[in-house]
Amino acid sequence: MTSFITEAGGATVAASGAPALAWLLIVLPLAGAAILLLGGRRTDSFGPLLATALSWGSFVVGAIVMIALLGLPSDGRSQHLALWNWVPAGSFQLDAGLLVDQLSMSFVLLITFVGSLIHVYSLGYMEHDPDKRRFFAYLNLFVAAMLLLVLADSYLLVFVGWEGVGLASYLLIGFWNHNPAYATAANKAFFVNRVGDLGLSLAIMLMFVTFGKVDYATVNAGVSQASTTALTAIGLLLLVGATGKSAQFPLQSWLGDAMAGPTPVSALIHAATMVTAGVYLVVRSHAIYDAAPNAQLAVAIVGAITLLYGAIVGCAKDDIKKALAASTMSQIGYMMLAAGLGPVGYAFAIMHLLTHGFFKAGMFLGAGSVMHGMKDNVNMRRFGALSTVMKITWVTFGLGWLAILGVPPFSGFWSKDKIIEAAFIGEGIRPWLLGGAALIGAGITAFYMSRLFFMTFYGEKRWEKGVHPHESPLTMTVPMMVLAVGSALLGFVLSFNSMFVHWLAPVVGEHGEEHPVLSVPVITGLTLVLVALGAGYAWYVYGRKEAVVPTLAPEGSLLTRAARADLYQDAINEGLFMRPGIHATRALVFADAKGVDGAAGGLAAMVGGLSSRLRQLQTGYVRSYALTMLAGVVAVLGTMWVMQ
Amino acid sequence: MSALPAFEAVAVDYWAVAPMLVVVAGALLGVLVEAFAPRESRHSAQVALTVGTLVAAFGVLVWRSVNHHSVTFGGSVAVDGPALFLQGALLVMSSVAVLVMAERFGGVGGDAFTPMGASTPGSSQEAAAAKAGYATSEVFPLTLFAVFGMMIFVSANDLITMFVGLEVLSLPLYVMTGLARRRRLLSQEAALKYFLLGAFSSAFFLFGAALIYGFAGSTDLAKIQSAIAQGTTGMDGLLVPGVLLLIIGLLFKVGAVPFHMWTPDAYQGAPTPVTGFMAACTKVAAFGAILRLVYVGVEGSRWDWRLGIAAIAILTMVVGAVLSVTQTDVKRLLAYSSIAHAGFILVGVLAFSKAAVSGVMFYLVAYGFATIAAFAIISMVRQGGSEASHLSQWAGLGKRHPVVAAVFSLLLLAFAGIPLTSGFTAKFAAFAPAVTSGGTAGVLMVIVGVLASAVTAYVYVRIIVLMYFTAAPEAGEGEEVVALMPSIGTTVAITVGVLATILLGIWPGWALDLAGRAAQFML
Repeated sequence: MTSFITEAGGATVAASGAPALAWLLIVLPLAGAAILLLGGRRTDSFGPLLATALSWGSFVVGAIVMIALLGLPSDGRSQHLALWNWVPAGSFQLDAGLLVDQLSMSFVLLITFVGSLIHVYSLGYMEHDPDKRRFFAYLNLFVAAMLLLVLADSYLLVFVGWEGVGLASYLLIGFWNHNPAYATAANKAFFVNRVGDLGLSLAIMLMFVTFGKVDYATVNAGVSQASTTALTAIGLLLLVGATGKSAQFPLQSWLGDAMAGPTPVSALIHAATMVTAGVYLVVRSHAIYDAAPNAQLAVAIVGAITLLYGAIVGCAKDDIKKALAASTMSQIGYMMLAAGLGPVGYAFAIMHLLTHGFFKAGMFLGAGSVMHGMKDNVNMRRFGALSTVMKITWVTFGLGWLAILGVPPFSGFWSKDKIIEAAFIGEGIRPWLLGGAALIGAGITAFYMSRLFFMTFYGEKRWEKGVHPHESPLTMTVPMMVLAVGSALLGFVLSFNSMFVHWLAPVVGEHGEEHPVLSVPVITGLTLVLVALGAGYAWYVYGRKEAVVPTLAPEGSLLTRAARADLYQDAINEGLFMRPGIHATRALVFADAKGVDGAAGGLAAMVGGLSSRLRQLQTGYVRSYALTMLAGVVAVLGTMWVMQ
Repeated sequence: MSALPAFEAVAVDYWAVAPMLVVVAGALLGVLVEAFAPRESRHSAQVALTVGTLVAAFGVLVWRSVNHHSVTFGGSVAVDGPALFLQGALLVMSSVAVLVMAERFGGVGGDAFTPMGASTPGSSQEAAAAKAGYATSEVFPLTLFAVFGMMIFVSANDLITMFVGLEVLSLPLYVMTGLARRRRLLSQEAALKYFLLGAFSSAFFLFGAALIYGFAGSTDLAKIQSAIAQGTTGMDGLLVPGVLLLIIGLLFKVGAVPFHMWTPDAYQGAPTPVTGFMAACTKVAAFGAILRLVYVGVEGSRWDWRLGIAAIAILTMVVGAVLSVTQTDVKRLLAYSSIAHAGFILVGVLAFSKAAVSGVMFYLVAYGFATIAAFAIISMVRQGGSEASHLSQWAGLGKRHPVVAAVFSLLLLAFAGIPLTSGFTAKFAAFAPAVTSGGTAGVLMVIVGVLASAVTAYVYVRIIVLMYFTAAPEAGEGEEVVALMPSIGTTVAITVGVLATILLGIWPGWALDLAGRAAQFML
């Protein structure tokens, strides 16, 4: 099990000692899922606790591996653990193995730690759900798949984890699938993600053709010999995969609807971990992107568009979870932007991903706690003045709010500010556009997050009749407190002496000293001014004592209405892809209106149009079948005769 | 008056062909059992005899035949690695398929076969037969005859022997297609179409064989090969048309486009367990024959006709995948899926390397087991006693029958080629040789193959979504779609299919090794 050494990087060694236990990371939660699903009702009593314990067990293993890695010199931290020889067909070897290195371990700790906290939180949140055993089984399944995704040593195994997290995510979004709207949301996530998955699978295919194998070592080593065209194509296809999973433009439409799932799910999957898989994929493929500047630029552009898009949509949402979802989209846009900036941005992309994982998960859990107290209402126009009755939620949420705004010295400041600085590096118009987008995005973020915060916790009480908000139980508040500590401090700790950048350097490469087009203090100053303006305006409209927040949303300006409708993304998808296809196949597809929803249904409908035409050849008359066969024979023979 | 040359009996290596002899003996016994066994014990006797025969044949194959690689019967039968591998696969798969055919759901749904095949659908004779509780079991000896034909087919080293094998396997299949208990008109129509078009394609095969005889002066694959190697025989114009016609005759059996038209009709009309048997085993046999023909017989001339067959492969993948999108009947959908799979396998065949032979054989095994299990599940899902084959009837099945839906989902994922299922390993094993040794055409075919897989994956995933995320329509009392409780035989068959799907997905090494060691043809 420990005999495999890749030569390509030179730096990767066979795992020994604690890192050789990395397989336990995945096996523990996987065993949990298996026991809970196969054990059936017998495990109802202890199942949730077992799942939580196994998730913590996985975290402990992760911590041990991490400590072992820290004890090694920095060039010995990339360790490969060969698991088994998957397809040993002659010269086409395909191995399954895990790659334990600085990048994957950063993710492992985030996933297991936040994941375990959310298991604990769910013990309280799902306490009265009759099906909570199934819920915990899915959570464990998700953790296992996500760990496989980040620990895989080849793109193919990544794909397995990629599909696995997708599956767990659909199961969890649709967990309350007795509600048809929720089931529809699950379907939508499913179909949009198919488009992304197709991109990833084509990228893997192309890698196989280009490099002969698809493990990281071979691909990274082969980049220097590959043609730029091939690398650009691979990079763009990987980006399609990443946009699907990370809800980036133009495949972003599913994330808002995915909020139908239980809130802990939104916190874990749609804020902290799964949606960041796209960023992981891009950073992991840095060798390809570094050699394909056009693909890299596309990543940055997608990130910049999404960060503004999400921010604008977030300004108009009254549903607290959808506002947070828009914010997630926007923050992942920041990460994508950073990842698209090349070596100067990779480390900050991952650092923002980690800090974001903490503060956004914390805020989602806070939102869950608010909903818990408000009888599952999500409309912020019916909140207000909750700071008086939900003190812990208020304080923990407040720390997350300060962090996402990028107020020093809270976490977000250290990571987001660096991304904005990095975006301003470059020549020509590019730094001004990318940096400008990042800068403006920070201002809008300050406005909409403050709006959310003030509408919920300040102003006057706008509670519905019969609602008596109360603080949530300890199982829910303790995880929130822990995450709040992370929201406050993690950024500073990671930035201390550029610790995290040095830690990741062996994987993603170190960058030299580069100077932004504006000096760093000017950028930081501008950012803080915009943040203060955004937050101040939100205070003026929603927070101060005299502010009046109507309980019914006013009609609003054209832009507000557009933002409220997600900038018409569904309408665009429908008009461009769905309608024409549906017209072509209406009579033929079995459950068009019900079973198949969303944009991707339309993509298939294009194929469907061709399909329905071809189908007419299948007349059922044996004479026409025979004629087709004869025509085929004549065509084949005729062509061959002409060609000779 | 000159004396006739003395008739000399050819030497026969009996151990090499013993499995085939066991099967044909079992089939003949089955005919006697059908005629003479008392009605109440006939069904169980037939099932026991059939499964016993197949298992015994497999035992003989593993015990003795594997050590008797030889070309026997005067060069017309070649028992070599690929022949033994595919015969073994055929024997195991057909015994699993027979277990599904034996399903009677404890008398609730009756078996899948008509009590009186000769009666007109809807006639009074039929009603009387149903009332009297007739049950016939001729499907079992017919299956054995078909398996016998398939075994000849994969080991035929001579065009005439190959043709005999083709007919021996086809004729029982035509009859079996027409035996459905329910929707008998559809079933009989399908059988007739299958028969007519099958006869048509046999004619192509024979025509091709005649042209090749004209070219090489022999129907023996070894002699054809050496004639091609010599370069010219004076009848060179006959070679390429002959080869193409032979291959076309064989491609009909695998359902390659444009010779696929019978497939959806026959798959839909045939009794579902027979469809499973047909889809899995016929494919193995036909691809076995194609492999032998193009790798042993006419390999030397491949540059003259390879592109034509490559075009057929691309067309097959595209049409199979695209047409599966609009299917509303689950059996027809799997029929189009099997067409697409035939295209994928052809991609491997056209790579012309030893690795390709093992990849194709692995693909056939992986696909076969998954297919038999999938059709077994289709035969279990019923509404009001008859099979619920319309897709809309499968909505919400995941909620009522989670295990059945989960198993079916797994099999669909295998068809889609998702990693960690046998479908992925199989596609990998068949496509990889095409990339490395297939040249530009090979790479092109693989790209089309991957795109076509993406289209079919969408179709399969949609069924999964339908089962899990779509609510079942309201149904009256007794009209709900239910999955009947299968008997032990079907349970075993499905379990074998699922285990093979998982095992060949996660741990395919041993099977690939086995296929790799068996990939060398003999002359």
